[in-house]
Amino acid sequence: MTSPIATDNKKRPRLVVGLGSCGIAAGARDVYRHIQARLEAESSWDVELAITGCNGMCHREPLVELHDTDGKVFLYGDMTPKKVDQVFEKHLRGGEPVERFRLREDNPASPAGAFLAKQRRIVLRNCGVIDPDSLDAYRAVGGWEALRIALERGPDWVLAEMKKSGLRGRGGAGFPTGMKWEFTRKAPGDHKVVVCNADEGDPGAFMDRSVLESDPHAVLEGMTIAAATVGADRGYIYCRAEYPLAVERLIRAIDQARAAGLLGKNIYGTEFSFDIKVKEGAGAFVCGEETALMASIEGRRGMPRPRPPFPAQKGLWDMPTNINNVETFANVPWIIHNGGDAFASVGTEKSRGSKVFALAGKIQRGGLAEVPMGITIREIVEDVAGGSSTGRPIKAVQMGGPSGGCIPVELFDTRIDYDEVNRTGAIMGSGGLVVMDETTCMVDVARFFLHFTKDESCGKCTFCRIGTTRMLELLEKICAGEGDESSVKMLEELALQVKNTSLCGLGQSAPNPVLTTIKYFRHEYDAHILEKRCPAGVCKALTTFEITPDKCTGCDACLQNCPVQAITGQRGSKGTYVIDQDRCSKCGVCRDVCKFGAVKTH
Amino acid sequence: MSMDVSVIDEILKEKGTGAEQAIPILQGIQARFRYLPIEALEYVCSHTEITPSQLFGVATFYSQFRLKPVGETIIKVCHGTACHVGGADTLTETLENQLGIPDKHTTPDMRYTLESVACVGCCSLAPVVVLGQDTLGKVTPRKISDALAAHMAADKGDPA
Repeated sequence: MTSPIATDNKKRPRLVVGLGSCGIAAGARDVYRHIQARLEAESSWDVELAITGCNGMCHREPLVELHDTDGKVFLYGDMTPKKVDQVFEKHLRGGEPVERFRLREDNPASPAGAFLAKQRRIVLRNCGVIDPDSLDAYRAVGGWEALRIALERGPDWVLAEMKKSGLRGRGGAGFPTGMKWEFTRKAPGDHKVVVCNADEGDPGAFMDRSVLESDPHAVLEGMTIAAATVGADRGYIYCRAEYPLAVERLIRAIDQARAAGLLGKNIYGTEFSFDIKVKEGAGAFVCGEETALMASIEGRRGMPRPRPPFPAQKGLWDMPTNINNVETFANVPWIIHNGGDAFASVGTEKSRGSKVFALAGKIQRGGLAEVPMGITIREIVEDVAGGSSTGRPIKAVQMGGPSGGCIPVELFDTRIDYDEVNRTGAIMGSGGLVVMDETTCMVDVARFFLHFTKDESCGKCTFCRIGTTRMLELLEKICAGEGDESSVKMLEELALQVKNTSLCGLGQSAPNPVLTTIKYFRHEYDAHILEKRCPAGVCKALTTFEITPDKCTGCDACLQNCPVQAITGQRGSKGTYVIDQDRCSKCGVCRDVCKFGAVKTH
Repeated sequence: MSMDVSVIDEILKEKGTGAEQAIPILQGIQARFRYLPIEALEYVCSHTEITPSQLFGVATFYSQFRLKPVGETIIKVCHGTACHVGGADTLTETLENQLGIPDKHTTPDMRYTLESVACVGCCSLAPVVVLGQDTLGKVTPRKISDALAAHMAADKGDPA
């Protein structure tokens, strides 16, 4: 994370605080305010304070970087106001780095180094590096230059480079971006539109949020290059309302770009004029589907319509419309700067470039990681994310959210490539990757996703509306121990019908989590149905928690943490702890807090 | 309830009165009233190009919009994938017990509304609860229970 930002005065040390949503949730704003207050109150400090977005190491937030006067960069993790004080005293005053808090991202053997070692940062090139609120910071790293190049060389050159790059849409479907642009360019129409899909609704995916919060100008520049290429004069960014910080930073960036003549009339002195508006979504997952998204921008309910006509022919208010997602647009300026061939040299034959994954679940290092296509799932889970955080073996990853599926550990040598991932029954999707261990029940996971898609179905197609409801009922029965031998067969039949008779991607892919869990974890379904047992100890009706007396040390942790006071025992007295089954809510907290493996389920 | 329509007029002036502005207008009203009062919706229909069927259709389609008043503090329990796997159901149960209301309800004194929400996008801090303005990460039942108790006490101590 070496910062290329030129400072006005190289002789002053700089403190840079990561202020993305994750960082703020972890307390970064308190850290920032604390530093600010100290610098204001104590005039002896000649230190510059700056902010940046998210560098992806969400698991070590809040992050503070110290750039010393020799240009060396020190990254501190898990910062608090108290730890900041030590950095002030020991490092800023004493010149000695506080090794205890340092993240050695420069050393591949350290956890922070291992997190970064296999990454290839194209989309995230500026995230956690530059100040997202500063146009100058973006321009200092070559920002908005790609647009100038694109305007100079013309749309045919841009299209050729985009096609050479092999970039495919990063929103999930993986349609070739260059081809999409060409369709819109060729479509007849006086006015054309470019839309950025920032309605990142997949639970478990947050890369678009992070890019918008950390490098908003890159997305605007990518959109503007697309507009110049397809001949659009207006643009919209449709952003989730749940991402207030992203919206705030986007609006600020648009104002800055407008003031600098990078948006508006006659950009870079050419005939080309283009402007961008932000439209906030209102909480509907289906609006990530492009025709629903356009309906929503037009002020209607977000319900998909049949295609063709595709948006490239008839989109927003019937104008030819080019829609790409945030990550796709963020790749564009890099491709223009470095050429399509450079991008195509990364990745696999059919999936070029890199992909950003949002890593979460039972892993040591959660956050955002951008890896070259072609890397295996195992490398991501074990090398980048550091493997299991619980000490229990990892059982599966869920990829692609509610449209994706669960890939079991036996298939972790699968390479990250649109087609290879599809073959497992999951999809690449937008890049959410949630890691699960043996305390995750796969039937419950399928139930969780069906609950989500049932809620989010817009209701237009009967099978999506009623079929997902029926599938959810079946899964709820199985989780409650009321499933019978016909349940799985019925789920599979319904899944096929919902897939085949739904208009849009939501319905067509809604059965994927069910189908993949049946395919790879049939034994868990069987345990629920035939043995009335939940092997993971999650489904409440089928699980009893008990404390094994000879493993219990009397540490009292379970009693202290039980939310329903169901545990009694004498502190310090081994084996006296018992769970009152009538009070137990089967939440599993006792099992999670027990360091001695004394809490068992059966 | 009689309503000060000048507030609505201001919103319409800012957002415009075209049919495509239905969502921004509703967002403006909700930002002001914290829910969508029926009188406000009726006023919008009679002063814009938006028909009642469009406006009510939109207001009931999107999960952001509320047709009932909410409590002073909204507690959002994230039920994204990572939070679900991390025990979000237990957090909702803990809060239901502590507040004495079911999910998606408001306490009778109108102080707290409990809401399960889809992913808030802080998955690596899962499970996550948003208590008023504060996003809390790596939450346990104990931690959220203590945070709510502290919030209740601070709220009561407030002379306002």
